[in-house]
Amino acid sequence: MNPPIPLAEAPSLFSVDGLVGLVFLIMVAITIIGAIIACNSERLVRSVAGLIVCFVGVAGVYYFLNSPFVAMMQILIYVGAVAVTISFAIMLAAPEEKMKLGSSSPLVGPFGLGTAALITGGFSVLALRTEWPVMTKINDGSVKNIGLQLLTNFSMVFELVSIVLLIAIIGALVIARVRRES
Amino acid sequence: MSLTLLNVIIAVVIAIAFAALNAAYLVWAERRGAARIQRRPGPNINGPFGLLQPPLDGIKLMAKQLIIPGGVDKILFIAAPVLAMFPAIMSFVTIPFSDTIVAQNMDVGVLMIFAFASMGGMSLLFAGWSSRNKYAMMSSIRAVSQAVAYEIPMLITTITVVMIAGSMNLTEIVQQQSASILHWNIFPLLGNSHNLLMPFSFLIFFICTLAETNRAPFDLGEAESELVAGFHTEYGSMGFGLFFMGEYANIVIGSCMTTILFLGGWSCPFGLFPGVWWFLLKLYLLIATFIWIRWTFPRTTIYGLLNLSWKILIPLSLFNLLFTAGLIKVF
Repeated sequence: MNPPIPLAEAPSLFSVDGLVGLVFLIMVAITIIGAIIACNSERLVRSVAGLIVCFVGVAGVYYFLNSPFVAMMQILIYVGAVAVTISFAIMLAAPEEKMKLGSSSPLVGPFGLGTAALITGGFSVLALRTEWPVMTKINDGSVKNIGLQLLTNFSMVFELVSIVLLIAIIGALVIARVRRES
Repeated sequence: MSLTLLNVIIAVVIAIAFAALNAAYLVWAERRGAARIQRRPGPNINGPFGLLQPPLDGIKLMAKQLIIPGGVDKILFIAAPVLAMFPAIMSFVTIPFSDTIVAQNMDVGVLMIFAFASMGGMSLLFAGWSSRNKYAMMSSIRAVSQAVAYEIPMLITTITVVMIAGSMNLTEIVQQQSASILHWNIFPLLGNSHNLLMPFSFLIFFICTLAETNRAPFDLGEAESELVAGFHTEYGSMGFGLFFMGEYANIVIGSCMTTILFLGGWSCPFGLFPGVWWFLLKLYLLIATFIWIRWTFPRTTIYGLLNLSWKILIPLSLFNLLFTAGLIKVF
């Protein structure tokens, strides 16, 4: 078993490190609260609002991790484009009344809780026991360098992302096709 | 530490003050300009030239009761006007007014401004939807489809400028243009653009700024004399005030971006009196053009508006992008 990661001494709140840590915790809290709103609200539009809060929190975490480019792309694409598209679809299609949730089987709750606990526990153990390699900053984060890295060292990631998009397009076509035929 | 924290607080306060002051006094400038074009006096009672009108209007708006109609989605109804003002203030953080006056000089400055500008569409949608008023909702869908349509040519045109400059840092983009007036990006022959179509990209960018900020002749989201008030029909007092201020703050941001990307930012034409006032001069000349256009041109139709973007501006800006890329490769 690997030794646990040695934690630095907790910095005092009013030092630079302390304030940075506080900002990080705020961003994480925003992300989690947004996710909870997105999953639990009864109105779909409020779910979208929660999703946006969540996206902004994630962008903050990216910014904290020294990648402002990714943070800004997160806001531009997810908040500016994806969330607007989702809410357009909801407003044009969905009924405005509150969704009526049917009563589910009594076994769903405990099983759901068990699965969630198992996954959370597994990830926590994984995160704490792995010896994380400390990544050095690859470059200054300028657009040119990001482009070069994406098309040379990380071209595999680039290709995989485009496959994900391809799958999404095919999925959308399949769903549209089923509706049209029936 | 205390110095950095103090710097952050001062920068935020100055950004908010600059945005709010500009928004307030642009309303005054707009009303005076409209009055002048329509040959009537305009606000001229309170103070010299009616200069006390904006603070008095502000006090009136703040003193009014905040009416929340029954049946609205309260949280989103209150969040929408805040969301209209927030991106505009965030954008001021990275705008360089001169080589020393900039709150946070970011390497991805261009991206940051467009990222926050794209959040504005959400506030329109939320305002329209949470009002539970079908006219507000229809108008917000109109306004958002307009914003989405004009964001595309605007971004493509910006990419041409970023390609020429090779950087997304706003300060660096200005510094590359600061050699002389002929090095400004709008002028094609000297400087680093070498692109004959640059005045043309300036025109596309300017038209898109007009449309993005919901100004006449593209003010179909609001259309004062035809619709009731568009997406903010149900808003009164300071809720309405925030939408109004957000609109004018966005105009300031749009003009700042036009100045930085095409007109050489704070760089002075012939080496005369270098300083921040050249930036402000270019900025307010552009804003005066905004006001002038608003009160001179009639409103377009929604079809004309969307056709202009999707069928004319987007193909043209794509062609412009390819042409610029080719020129950069050749030279």
